[in-house]
Amino acid sequence: MSETGLPEAAAENLQNFKERQQRIDDAIALRRPDRVPIIYYTMFWHATYAGITFKEAMYNYAKVSEITRKIVLELQPDAVAAPHRATLLGPTMELMGYQQLRWPGHGVGDNYSYQYIDREYMKPEEYDDYIEDPGWFYFTRYLPRIAEAFAPMSQLPQPASMQHTRLVYLTRFFTEEMAAAFSQLAKAGREAQIAFDSAATFQTEMAELGFPMGQMATGPAPYDYFADNMRGSKGIMLDLFRRKDKLLAAMERAIPIIIKGLIEMAGQNPCKIVFLPMHWGLDGFMSPDQFKVFFWPQLRRVLIGLIDAGLVPLVLWEGDCTSRLEIIADIPVGKAIYWFERTDLFHAKKVLGDVVCLRGNVPASMLNTGTPEDVRDYCRKLIEGVGKDGGFILDGGIGIPDEARLENVKAMFQAVHEFGA
Amino acid sequence: MLAVLEELVHAIADMEEETALNFVHRFVADSGDPQQVLDACREAMDIVGRRFEEGEYFLPELMLAGDLLEQISAIVKPLLIGSSQESNKTVGTVLIGTVHGDLHDIGKNIVVFMLEVNGYEVVDLGIDVSVEDFVDKVREIKPPVLALSGFLTLAFDSMKETIDALSEAGLRDSMKIMIGGGQVDEAVRTYTNADAFGLNAMDAVSLCRKWIAA
Repeated sequence: MSETGLPEAAAENLQNFKERQQRIDDAIALRRPDRVPIIYYTMFWHATYAGITFKEAMYNYAKVSEITRKIVLELQPDAVAAPHRATLLGPTMELMGYQQLRWPGHGVGDNYSYQYIDREYMKPEEYDDYIEDPGWFYFTRYLPRIAEAFAPMSQLPQPASMQHTRLVYLTRFFTEEMAAAFSQLAKAGREAQIAFDSAATFQTEMAELGFPMGQMATGPAPYDYFADNMRGSKGIMLDLFRRKDKLLAAMERAIPIIIKGLIEMAGQNPCKIVFLPMHWGLDGFMSPDQFKVFFWPQLRRVLIGLIDAGLVPLVLWEGDCTSRLEIIADIPVGKAIYWFERTDLFHAKKVLGDVVCLRGNVPASMLNTGTPEDVRDYCRKLIEGVGKDGGFILDGGIGIPDEARLENVKAMFQAVHEFGA
Repeated sequence: MLAVLEELVHAIADMEEETALNFVHRFVADSGDPQQVLDACREAMDIVGRRFEEGEYFLPELMLAGDLLEQISAIVKPLLIGSSQESNKTVGTVLIGTVHGDLHDIGKNIVVFMLEVNGYEVVDLGIDVSVEDFVDKVREIKPPVLALSGFLTLAFDSMKETIDALSEAGLRDSMKIMIGGGQVDEAVRTYTNADAFGLNAMDAVSLCRKWIAA
């Protein structure tokens, strides 16, 4: 037994957990850690690694936990983004009749990652309905469109009018369709419980092995909330000209909802990192002036709301965001992580190095098609040019691509030990 | 072009949707030549393309211009029957599609739009296009340029497989191949044996200009 009263191995794991957490905390706080940290993140690479289909990776909870445990023990990351919440969605989505994704066995082949279907899920004239009552609009208009099990909810009466003299509205629940919907949702809910229990078990297991989680809740920028999920990419871009005031007012309504939702999702979890992938605000997708009006002020309020709640926003700036760097520098110092996919990190370091921890960005192309030597050299440059004095987490452009070569992934994880201290 | 049509050109180029549509309605109601409206649209789109190229305009402007163009076409095209018809001087043909396994089409559609605006005839095979469909279509229409699109990293292999199959069919050297989308870069170009990669729709236009002599 060790000093802590734990068996020797457990005490060592606990010590490793603390050291890893400290390393990441130091990087976030812009202090110099004992070495550059690295976080494990992927969508489906674990399936490639283990030779199972992507379909199985979306359906088999135990298998994904088992594979990821094996990978983690092999790669020894400083934190793990559990794939459960992002990819083990098949059974639940099937039960709810989810419409916004195509996934293996449901519209794409067994070995392809799931893909989002970009459509108009909210009509342009519905902004007013959203602004008037976002929750009710979401539940009775939007959800019925994106998931079959919610379809009958479009018949629900306004809940504001169900006092005793208006109980006639209760009859809306007395339809076979409605009863079937609630029963189906209960089934989907039970499956979601199983999925999230498996994620919680995995987190506990990882902690016992000495590995903190790399992220917990996931949420959108207010603009992306409407672009991705409601209006579609074309719809939102037209709204920038045709309905700017409505879009701004709707985002205003969405901001507290997004913040509250993320705080609730993150809950009492020891992992404080909240993942926010950015989609429609990057360079080229809108002008810098539009970014300053429609994207950044709203996102900034979400970031501040999360930071005030003690959470750490992990913002994934997809694509190239070079023209945004000066604008997005306006956040509290040492409280967030900016993960860049294609933006030049050496340049980002100059602009943001005193403000925010950077993460990235070994290109997907290199991890998939390059050699371990390519990866090693690239990581060395990143670590020496961006990471030496802290405020840096090494990773791929968007984590480990699904098709990455194992020897390249190993080279990336080895690099922090070789060059990062 | 009629001087009065300058107003339409500027309205479209400056994203003044209402002004442009009102003008077109008024113009055709006064028996103006619908072909001239389309010519004005083309001139306006040259300006839009130039502003996009120069970094003054971004995707939202292209989307709006495209949508506006569709609305104007819907007004004037029915009136074209029997008249001069659209001038059919294409600069060259580009075959395009999103490679197999990938369902994304936003980027591809923008490339299609910008190529068409710049006078290219674009044959669009859509999304999740099989290797065989690309090979068959290349054999059929022999395009000088093939454009392969893909957003996901799985597209790297799909692009490579497509280009390999074209080589095996003896068709590779008859055309230039460009790739683009998502995380595509120079390393992916090398890996797939494409001739060039592009980061945005204007890159696609520039490459076509270089490859297809006017």
